[in-house]
Amino acid sequence: MTQEHVYLSVFLMGLFTYLLRVLPLTLIRRPIKNRFVRSFLYYTPYVTLSVMTCPAIVYATQTPWSGLAALAVGVLVAWFGGKLFHAVVACFAVVFIIELFL
Amino acid sequence: MSSEYSSANPENRRAFREGIRAGAPIGAGYFAVSFALGVAARNAGLDAAQGGLASALCLASAGEYAGFTSIGANAAFWALILATIIANARYLLMSCALSQRAHEKLPFIHRAMIAYGLSDEIFGVTIARPGFVNPRFVYGVYVTALPPWILGTSLGVIAGNALPIRWVSAFSVTLFAMFIAIVIPPARSNRVLRVVVPASMLAGFAAEYVPGLNALDAGTRVVALTVVIATIAAIARPVPDEDGEDVRKKEESVS
Repeated sequence: MTQEHVYLSVFLMGLFTYLLRVLPLTLIRRPIKNRFVRSFLYYTPYVTLSVMTCPAIVYATQTPWSGLAALAVGVLVAWFGGKLFHAVVACFAVVFIIELFL
Repeated sequence: MSSEYSSANPENRRAFREGIRAGAPIGAGYFAVSFALGVAARNAGLDAAQGGLASALCLASAGEYAGFTSIGANAAFWALILATIIANARYLLMSCALSQRAHEKLPFIHRAMIAYGLSDEIFGVTIARPGFVNPRFVYGVYVTALPPWILGTSLGVIAGNALPIRWVSAFSVTLFAMFIAIVIPPARSNRVLRVVVPASMLAGFAAEYVPGLNALDAGTRVVALTVVIATIAAIARPVPDEDGEDVRKKEESVS
């Protein structure tokens, strides 16, 4: 992998991320009507974040068990009304403590 | 027209200061998460400058993570672009929602600049303010929220090497904690998402064992699973066919 390749990749990431954000805000003046498109766009973020978390969270840690524990704790904290910050701190703590022993 | 959006206008200055305050806690959370992102960038072979540049250009946790995964897997450019678009598709929705709250005379330059930092959290605090979006508020949020995001990523690349491995593990999961904190609250209140979110998580684990799917690199597999599952959900349970308010409310729940 050359440095040029990495810089070009980063630039493409930035370009396409920005296009998604700027095009509707500058072009679309009324809501999207097509029901399938709206439904697909509505479900996409939840599905993609879910499949990005599983199974990657299990490989992010030294042992799959601490990753699994963080997943369980994060889900519980968020389910019972914890905010982003609480979930972040809880998952950090769970992994840190488990890996003290494993 | 221009005076209405001028920084000399006292109301705009107040909005700017409010934005600075609203951005501070966001910046604190961003720092930990972007540090984890930096660790992911390092694993994909990026250096501190490249990681920081990616965060400055993208301002997107899942999107950057997907991109780094593709870079690390040496994926083709089309696969990288596709992964970026899928991981960031929600910003298309948020941008649509915000367009409904932008004054029709809001100049292009302000639209272009508030689009730049349209992340889940910044969208959340922006849309939570009543009335038309004041771009100065958004710029205030940028002042406190964006530098920690960019610096945290570079630091993650650098310190990811120096930190004890246990700290790296703990920082790494904060990225996923952020994703979990985004998907779980709406899954609690929406009964379709209560099925879709856990089903997606299980499918993510299961795909490891499905011949064909498990041969794909991680970024492409995320795209494939997303397209299939979101299509099934959209056909089986289309969102209610109402305009305006209803659509906007749903999009807010994403943040």
